[in-house]
Amino acid sequence: MNAAFRPAEPAAPRPAEGADGDAGHKAVLEAPDIRRALTRIAHEILERTKGAEDVVLLGIQTRGVTLARRLAARLEEVEGRPVPWGSLDVTMHRDDLRMRPARALGRTDLPAGGIDDRVVVLVDDVLFSGRTVRAALDALNDLGRPRAVQLAILVDRGHRELPIRADYVGKNLPTSKRETVRVLLAENDGRDAVLLGPAASPPPGPARRPAADRGAGR
Amino acid sequence: MSRTFVIKGARILGAQPADLLLRDGVIAEVGTGLDAAGAEVVDADGLVALPGLVDLHTHLREPGREDAETVETGTRAAARGGYTAVHAMANTHPVADTAGVVEQVWRLGREAGYCDVHPVGAVTQGIAGKQLAELGAMADSAARVRVFSDDGHCVSDAMIMRRALEYVKAFDGVIAQHAQEPRLTEGAQMNEGEVSARLGLPGWPAVAEEAIIARDCLLAAHVGSRLHVCHVSTAGSVEILRWAKSKGWRVTAEVTPHHLLLDDALVAGYDPVYKVNPPLRTAEDVAALREALADGTIDAVATDHAPHPAEAKETEWDCAAMGMIGLETALSVVQEAMVETGLLDWAGVADRMSFRPARIGRLTGQGRPLEAGSPANVVLYDPAPRTVVDPSQFASKSRNCPFAGLELPGRVVATFLRGRPTVLEGKLQ
Amino acid sequence: MKRHLISAADLSRDDALLVLDTAEELAQIADRSIKKLPTLRGRTVVNLFYEDSTRTRISFEAAAKRLSADVINFSAKGSSVSKGESLKDTALTLEAMGADAVVIRHGASGAPHRLAGWVRGSVINAGDGTHEHPTQALLDAFTMRRRLGDLEGRKVTIVGDVLHSRVARSNVLLLNTLGADVTLVAPPTLLPVAVDSWPCSVSYDLDAVLPKSDVVMMLRVQRERMNAAYFPTVREYSRRYGLDAERLAKLPEHAIVMHPGPMNRGVEIAAEVADSPRSTITEQVANGVSARMAVLYLLLGGSEPAIGAEVPA
Repeated sequence: MNAAFRPAEPAAPRPAEGADGDAGHKAVLEAPDIRRALTRIAHEILERTKGAEDVVLLGIQTRGVTLARRLAARLEEVEGRPVPWGSLDVTMHRDDLRMRPARALGRTDLPAGGIDDRVVVLVDDVLFSGRTVRAALDALNDLGRPRAVQLAILVDRGHRELPIRADYVGKNLPTSKRETVRVLLAENDGRDAVLLGPAASPPPGPARRPAADRGAGR
Repeated sequence: MSRTFVIKGARILGAQPADLLLRDGVIAEVGTGLDAAGAEVVDADGLVALPGLVDLHTHLREPGREDAETVETGTRAAARGGYTAVHAMANTHPVADTAGVVEQVWRLGREAGYCDVHPVGAVTQGIAGKQLAELGAMADSAARVRVFSDDGHCVSDAMIMRRALEYVKAFDGVIAQHAQEPRLTEGAQMNEGEVSARLGLPGWPAVAEEAIIARDCLLAAHVGSRLHVCHVSTAGSVEILRWAKSKGWRVTAEVTPHHLLLDDALVAGYDPVYKVNPPLRTAEDVAALREALADGTIDAVATDHAPHPAEAKETEWDCAAMGMIGLETALSVVQEAMVETGLLDWAGVADRMSFRPARIGRLTGQGRPLEAGSPANVVLYDPAPRTVVDPSQFASKSRNCPFAGLELPGRVVATFLRGRPTVLEGKLQ
Repeated sequence: MKRHLISAADLSRDDALLVLDTAEELAQIADRSIKKLPTLRGRTVVNLFYEDSTRTRISFEAAAKRLSADVINFSAKGSSVSKGESLKDTALTLEAMGADAVVIRHGASGAPHRLAGWVRGSVINAGDGTHEHPTQALLDAFTMRRRLGDLEGRKVTIVGDVLHSRVARSNVLLLNTLGADVTLVAPPTLLPVAVDSWPCSVSYDLDAVLPKSDVVMMLRVQRERMNAAYFPTVREYSRRYGLDAERLAKLPEHAIVMHPGPMNRGVEIAAEVADSPRSTITEQVANGVSARMAVLYLLLGGSEPAIGAEVPA
């Protein structure tokens, strides 16, 4: 099948924003599971990077940023020094832009030291087709030249469409392609959970300003 | 051998049904149960009979702009609109400012045979506003010109206007003024007001029209001559005319169908089909014009039928030509604006679209009452159907119709010019 | 669905805020070593300029190129229709080239409306006659917001030739949409007669308005207006309506001075005012690229435009 004619759903794996768990959705991870998963990832990062000396955490908008912030706090607890973290919006680099109406952009904020010669750990909530991560790698390319790039993910649900794998995985979750996986985080959604749902949700409407994380007049 | 027609059951000027016998170019008889040997019967059940309409203001474009209209296509359009006489404006190429040109136009009208063509002579040579044209020669020509106008241009020089008004008294002529103060309208594109302010189009103030009308009324009174004001478009103009008429001055005025129905809000999309001179005004002006036509302050409806080829309108607003076609929709627009609103009955329509314009133009064989002995100039009009205006069906060569897509009432079923049908069963003959 | 940006009134409040927020994110690109995003790869943007305006054309060109669009510059200066190709024929040519968006600058008010009826792509008005210049209003609002924060309730004074200014028209509409209070100051001859129908106040007295202004925007005044009796002399205009150092001192501490350019130094604005730290004139130029990137992205980036209005054909 020609890539351009691939159905929109697998190419747009990011969970719908703001929706709470509805009927038919099964919680496969609850708050304590998520906490444990992040703690484990934090320790793995320390181990793999020998103390996270040069690590910069970059969360992919929107929930990846929340997870990066939490991971940074965990690392600081253990190491006793702050670990730089930031946010990355990959909208402009996505390969599925033309399949949906133009969207509002999220913030890209790099920590003061930048990313040159650092070990960048990209953080996201769900790894599915791999297209978001590919877009993130492209975006990084325009921002600087890290020494290495690693990937931390809360849920890996399989069905990769690109040769991409995660270095740190909170939970491997075997799914069918038609199922949906939604990550809820307290900062964004009021509670922590990972929901497995039966069918694809309808595509979101035209771009609107995400209500929570932007204020007029910065 | 000329054909004889019996029109059965027509509502004459909207009154009770009666029959009309048309024979040898005249109305031979009016009554009920009429019959004549060899007569063709026209069933006019439900139709209104009106005297053949007379247009004081038509641009036939010939000579010079035969790509937009010719005398033949323009008069075919007139016949379809129920007209039996039109006044062909002088702004042709060459300008109709000599006996030669007006006679040419008059002859072309006779040859085409769809309606009487009365050329309007230019007031000044080349409609340049500087020097009087040979008004007397045009009056004495075969075309017997009585209406003179520099239409499209205002005779803005007060001295020239005074002289013209005075001069035409010798042959009972009338100056039909295009009232537009030129300095106040340099580069003007549309009515000056809320819409022009928003659209950023240079404004065309109402006062530019009103100031000239006031001046001309005073001049006409001073020299005791006849003034006719073309295409009145503002409420203020109506007030001035009302005042002048109250003085007993010999001032007449016309309004176009489009100024009775459309307003300047339509310009918002910058479609030049709405670009016209004088410009579409506000809804308040439209209301004042309807009222003035109803009470007789405005004497006549005149189409200002102004054909333009497609390329003159398929441009930016600024570069587009001004003008709209109107012969084939005039009666329907008047029905919509005046009859459906209760402002005018069919007798009123006959007065404003036939009797009075004929009188202003000093036409003797037109605008006569529908009675025995009158020339058989008759329109049969069905006021019942409502249809969407489709310019592709027009007889005019041009398509710059601002009513396209509007649903309007009524349909001309037949037009008789001196007893001969130019339109029958809605079709040109 | 086809949508355009022809008037500032085409933008709802949500649309306008979306453009400004997007511009804010895109402004970061200017600080990076690689000032380019792949977003509009394969899209074609035509700059159709019937008037000389190097700064606006360059701004749109930079915006489109930073988003990786293919840019075709079509300069049709001196475009009297009688001499050259008609706008409609040009439109059909652009259509054949497959333009996804046409940025048009034209001396005739309403030319973008006409164009929108003849092409399939989105039309972006880069200034039409004395009508509108919506992206200028967006970059002005963006500049104000960066300096002053939220525009709700902010007092913006626009001074000069409002009658002939497309910048003024677009700013009045957009600033009203964003909740700012606009006051126009000009000699009565340079205001439209129906200005009272606009959502703003009007004053003839600049000195009375300045102390209450958060923003004062000076419009370019053309010397030729003098010939049509809009004002007696340039000297008198500048004395009554020009912004000099003395008047600048009447503004509140935080207030900023704007000018859409090109300036007539010494006429509507004194050189020392134009060059003062309160002037945002060079910022406006830089912000223009971000604002126009935002417009291009939101009109062309997705499967269908996220902002703008449909124009009835």
